[in-house]
Amino acid sequence: MTAFVIRRLIGMVAVLFMVSLLVFVVFILVPGGDPAERMAGKNPLPANIANIRKKWGFDQPFYVQYARMMQKALNGILPGRHGEYDILTSFQNRQDVVKEIQRGLPATFSLCIGAGIIWLFFGIVVGVISAVTAGRWSDRLITTFALIGISMPVFFLGIVLRYFLAEKPAHPIFPDGGYVPLTKDPTQWAFHLVLPWFCLSVLFIGFYGRVLRSNMLDVMNEEYVRTARAKGLSSQRVLLRHVLRNSLIPIVSLFGLDFAAVLGGGAILTETVFDLKGVGWYAAQSVGDLDLPPIMGVTLYGSFFIVVFSALVDFLYAFLDPRIRPT
Amino acid sequence: MADRLLEVKGLKVRFATEDGLVRAVDGVDFELDRGKVFGIVGESGSGKSVTAMTILGLTRDRNTRFEGEVVYKGQNLLAMPESRLRDVRGNEIAMIFQDPMTSLNPVYKVGDQIIEAIVTHEDISKRMARQRAVELLRQVGIPNPQQRVDDYPHQFSGGMRQRAMIAMALSCNPDILIADEPTTALDVTIQAQILELIDKLKDDFDSAVILITHDLGVVAEVADEIVVMYAGRVVERGSKRDIFYDPQHPYTWGLLGSIPRLDRPKPKKLHSISGMPPSLINLPQGCKFRPRCPHAFEKCQQEPELENRVEERQHLDRCWLSVDDKRRLREGTIVGEAQEVA
Repeated sequence: MTAFVIRRLIGMVAVLFMVSLLVFVVFILVPGGDPAERMAGKNPLPANIANIRKKWGFDQPFYVQYARMMQKALNGILPGRHGEYDILTSFQNRQDVVKEIQRGLPATFSLCIGAGIIWLFFGIVVGVISAVTAGRWSDRLITTFALIGISMPVFFLGIVLRYFLAEKPAHPIFPDGGYVPLTKDPTQWAFHLVLPWFCLSVLFIGFYGRVLRSNMLDVMNEEYVRTARAKGLSSQRVLLRHVLRNSLIPIVSLFGLDFAAVLGGGAILTETVFDLKGVGWYAAQSVGDLDLPPIMGVTLYGSFFIVVFSALVDFLYAFLDPRIRPT
Repeated sequence: MADRLLEVKGLKVRFATEDGLVRAVDGVDFELDRGKVFGIVGESGSGKSVTAMTILGLTRDRNTRFEGEVVYKGQNLLAMPESRLRDVRGNEIAMIFQDPMTSLNPVYKVGDQIIEAIVTHEDISKRMARQRAVELLRQVGIPNPQQRVDDYPHQFSGGMRQRAMIAMALSCNPDILIADEPTTALDVTIQAQILELIDKLKDDFDSAVILITHDLGVVAEVADEIVVMYAGRVVERGSKRDIFYDPQHPYTWGLLGSIPRLDRPKPKKLHSISGMPPSLINLPQGCKFRPRCPHAFEKCQQEPELENRVEERQHLDRCWLSVDDKRRLREGTIVGEAQEVA
């Protein structure tokens, strides 16, 4: 088991290295034209361009540029000194990308952790209810709602909710977008996040509910479930210990990867619709400005979560299913 | 005086499906005494597994209809509420299944699954239950039970898993053990061991066994009494001697003839029963075996009763042929001489 964990961790670092290299190649080496020329504006003096090139390090060989980018990205995770200008600095407004991402973290984490708990919990509840009552009216009702939830685009649902619950009424129930830090006012924090949480969760609840329902129906037909009933166990115990326990294994991997994706800046639509100035919102702004360094930064940041969480999923899998546990 | 454990009277089980009413079991009667092995033989879809699962109430569903009675210790299990039936399941009547590879939950340790069965029915500490699980594994012949009790099912071989299933079934010392095709999924060498084990443990635990199989060779080893089922009903019933040495129903002949035998002259071709079992939704008129029976005649348009037609009082069958005709005709099917002469 220890060997497996170590192997997996080494693999994780290797993947992260490859991703960062790829990001660097795609964003810095491939785009046509000298970034210094782009930054210098219209009709620049040659000396001006040379100056920018030198200051930003574009005249260095690519591996030096890469090393400096990584040093800066890692400085964001580990405390340390941040260089003045570097590749991870916005072309647009000269702001430090790492600092900007860090600034977006509280909003993004608040949104995603809250929504993750909500969608996992309700996804399981919905899946269990519809599997247990499969074919009956409650199952059909849930299936209808789940399909509506899955097919509802976030930008549509978000805007409709925001308009009717926050903007239009004379005494709106919910605040009209924005983010209040948890440390400043916990009640307002939660209040501002209710609509975004709901909006982000709806799709996942419908999706997880459907997946869990079909998993459970499969497992219910397994012979070991019949064995469990023949032992004289109560139906709740059969359902929880034998059916649900085995049906949840695929949900774990779904949740790990989905959660990592939204945490890594994937909740772009939700954050934009509700003016939550998180990482996804920052990514959306930068894409709008065609500002490469922030996009690069968010990509690196997001890939970090995906890689870490897929390793976590692997560990959890080995814990949940003894058949794939390495010995 | 025989100690009567179970009485099945006029049992009918029907499943309402989208295609129609499936008559899975259509009138089955038998009795089971302590210390006996009762064999139920038939091909797939003859209703033998449904009969067994119905005894434990495992076929209960919104779409299932029951008739008749299953009387255990003076109580009708069919009418018993689910909560009380649960105390019977695994405790007084236990069951083992066909495929040991899939009958154990892959995510729990073998020992924990046995312990689960024990603590469900008895007020006993986890530690005591564990000791008992180890002891049971030893009794069913698992080597190193002290260590193997903490293994997962995938670390056991097929034969060991079936032994573990038997240990689990016997964990609460049941009166009746129902074994549904316990050897079908196992190697031939392991089959005999498992059968011997069931036969031996039946005496150790003072239980009775209902042994369900499609393989007459299996019941030949251990069964005291045998019923042969076809299309949801009993077509012949008698002692092991009756069934093997004086079979009365052409279907039984077919089953006997399908077994390759070393002690008889080798037939040109091993006998097989032609055709398919009938659809349980649209059963044929009269005798249900008529469409596949080479000896059918006009009278078979009406269904014969299951009754005694031979000297042996306990030997019942459902066939219109005269006893003399049967004794003459069956040789061709069972021994296969007809093919050899031709």
